[in-house]
Amino acid sequence: MIRLISTLLIGLSSGAIYAMMALALVLVWRSTRVVNFAQAGQAILSTYIGYEVIVHVNNYWLALPIAAIAGAFIGAVVDALLIRRLSQSTGPSAGIRPVIATLGLLGLISSTVGLIWGNDLKRIPTPVGSRGYTLGHTTIPFSPYNLLIVATAAFVMLLFAVIFQRTNLGLALRASAFAPETARLAGVRVDRTRTIGWAFAGAAGAIAGVMITPQNALSPNSMDLLLVLGFVAAVIGGLDSLIGAGLGGIVLGVGLALILEYVSTSLAFPAAFIVLILVLLVRPQGLLGKVRSRDA
Amino acid sequence: MHKGFSALRKRPVIFTLSGVALYLLSNWVDELRNFQGATAAVYIVAIASIVLLTGYSGQISLGHGAIMAVGGYAAVLSQKYWHVNLLLTFIAAVLAAAFFGAILGFAAARLSGPYLAGTTLALAVGLPSLADQFHILGGEQGLPYNVPQPPASLGADFTQYHWFFWITGSAALLMVWATQNILGSRYGRQWRAIRSNPTAAALAGIHVGRLKVLAFTVSSGIAGLAGALLVLTLNLVTPSAFPLSLSFTVVTGAVLAGVGSLRGSIIGAVVLVAIPELSDSLATKLGGAERVSANLPGLITAVLLILTVLFFPEGPLRRRIKKSK
Repeated sequence: MIRLISTLLIGLSSGAIYAMMALALVLVWRSTRVVNFAQAGQAILSTYIGYEVIVHVNNYWLALPIAAIAGAFIGAVVDALLIRRLSQSTGPSAGIRPVIATLGLLGLISSTVGLIWGNDLKRIPTPVGSRGYTLGHTTIPFSPYNLLIVATAAFVMLLFAVIFQRTNLGLALRASAFAPETARLAGVRVDRTRTIGWAFAGAAGAIAGVMITPQNALSPNSMDLLLVLGFVAAVIGGLDSLIGAGLGGIVLGVGLALILEYVSTSLAFPAAFIVLILVLLVRPQGLLGKVRSRDA
Repeated sequence: MHKGFSALRKRPVIFTLSGVALYLLSNWVDELRNFQGATAAVYIVAIASIVLLTGYSGQISLGHGAIMAVGGYAAVLSQKYWHVNLLLTFIAAVLAAAFFGAILGFAAARLSGPYLAGTTLALAVGLPSLADQFHILGGEQGLPYNVPQPPASLGADFTQYHWFFWITGSAALLMVWATQNILGSRYGRQWRAIRSNPTAAALAGIHVGRLKVLAFTVSSGIAGLAGALLVLTLNLVTPSAFPLSLSFTVVTGAVLAGVGSLRGSIIGAVVLVAIPELSDSLATKLGGAERVSANLPGLITAVLLILTVLFFPEGPLRRRIKKSK
C-alpha cells in the first residue's frame, strides 16, 4: 500500500512538471496555432539565467521568479521577431514552416547556450529538503522538494485560470485565439495579445525548467525529453485546453511512474509513445478538447 | 506523355555521367575528401527520403533519424545472424525500415502538421535509447558491421575510405535515380496533388490515406538505406550514431536546398558536410576553445535554417524559377 501511495506521489510530482511544459505548449498553440518546439530551448536559456542567479546570490527563491520573467521576455521576443513574420506567408511549404522555424530556433538557442556556458553538466541545489518523508517506518522517495513542485504547479495553473477566466486580458487572449478577425474589429490588438500569450508560455516553460533541474542536471540539450513528454501530456489533454494540459501532465506522470515501478524501467518511454499514438488515433481531440478537425 | 519519354531517355545518361565523374573525383581527391564524399552520399540518400515525404506528399517527419536507426540495425543484424553479403544487408535495411515506416504511416496519415511533427519527434527521442535495453542490439557499445575489404585487383594502396566512397556513392546514385523516377511517375503527381489540396485530390479519385501511407513507406525504405550506409561508414552501429540531432540535420539539409527539389538534396548534403569543416577552421581562428568548436556547427546550421525559412521558404532553387514565370 505504501509502495502504491509513494509511486502515485512521485508520479504526481513529475506529472506536475510535464503539466507546466504542456501548459506552455498549449498557451502558444491557442494563441498562434504553432507547436513551439523551441519551448525546450527557451526553458533551457531561462534556466541557465536562473542558474547564474543561484551561482551569484545563492538564492533559489530569487532565481525562480527571475527565470520566469526572463522566460516571459524570451517568449515575447521570439514571437515578435520570428513567428509573427512567418504567419503572414503562404505557399506550398506554409504548413511546415513554423515547425522548421521553431526547430531552427531550438538549435540556435541550445548551441548559443553551449557557447556561453559550455556543454558540461550544471547543477542547481534544491531549496528545501530532498530526503523523502517517512510514512510509518518506511522512507518514501517523495520529498519536501517534490511537494514544492506540486504546489508551484498548482499555483501557476490557478494563476492562469484566474487570468483567463476573470480578467479583461484573459478575455482578449481567448478572443484573439478563437476569432482573431472579430477580436480585431472589437478593438483587441491581436498581435500584441498573441505576444502576451507567448510571454505567458515562456514563463510557464521556464518554471518547468527550473523545477526539473535539481533532479536532472542542466546541459544545453537536457530538456529535449521534457519537451516530448510535455507534448504528449498536451495531446492527452487536448492541445486547446489549459485544464487539459494539467490533467494530461498528471495522467502521464502517474502512468509512467506506475509502469516504472510495477512493470519495467525500460518500458516507460515506449509506453508513453504508444499512449501518444493511441490518443491521437482514438480521441484526437484529447480528454478535454472540443471536437474539431486536427487540420491546423 | 512527351515529357515522360524524354525524361526516361535523358536520365540514365545523366546518371551514368555523374557516376563517371564521381569515379574520377574519388581517384583524384585525398583520404579525408573521400570520407566526406561518403558522408555526403549518406546525407543525399537521407535527404531524398525527406524530399519524397515532405516536399511531395506534404507530411513532415522529425523522426527520420530513428527510421535510419531501424535500417542500420537491420543491416547489422542480418549480417550477424544470416551471414549475408553486403548488398543483401542493404536490402534487409530497406525492407525493415519500409515495414516500420508502413506501420508508422498508418498513424501518420491521420495526423497533420504539428501533430505529426511532435509524434515523430517523440520517436526520434525514444527509439535509439531502446537499443540500450535489449541485449540482442548490443547496448551502448553497439555491434560491429564488417565491410568486406576492397578487391585486391584495385591495388594495395586503395584505401578503406576510398572504398566506402565507392559503395556509398554508387548506392546514392542508384537511389537518387530510382527516387527521381518514382517522383516523376503517377505516384509523384498524386503526392503533389495531396499536398496542394487533399480535398481536390480525393475528388479526383485519389485515395489520400492510402497514398500517404505509401509515401511514408517508400520514404522510410530510402531512409533505411541511408541508415545502413551511415553504419557502413562507421563500421559499427550504436544508439549514439542516431541522435536527435541526426533527424534535425537531415530535415535541415532538405529545407536548405528547397524541400520540394530532389536536385537540391545534393546541394543540401554538400552544405551539411561543409558546415563542420568551415566551423572547424573558424573555431581555430577564434582560439579553438572546446565549447566553441563543439557548438559552432550547430549554431551555423540553425542560423542557416532560420534564414532559409524566413527568406527562401521554397529553397533558393525554387525562388529563381518563380521569378522567371
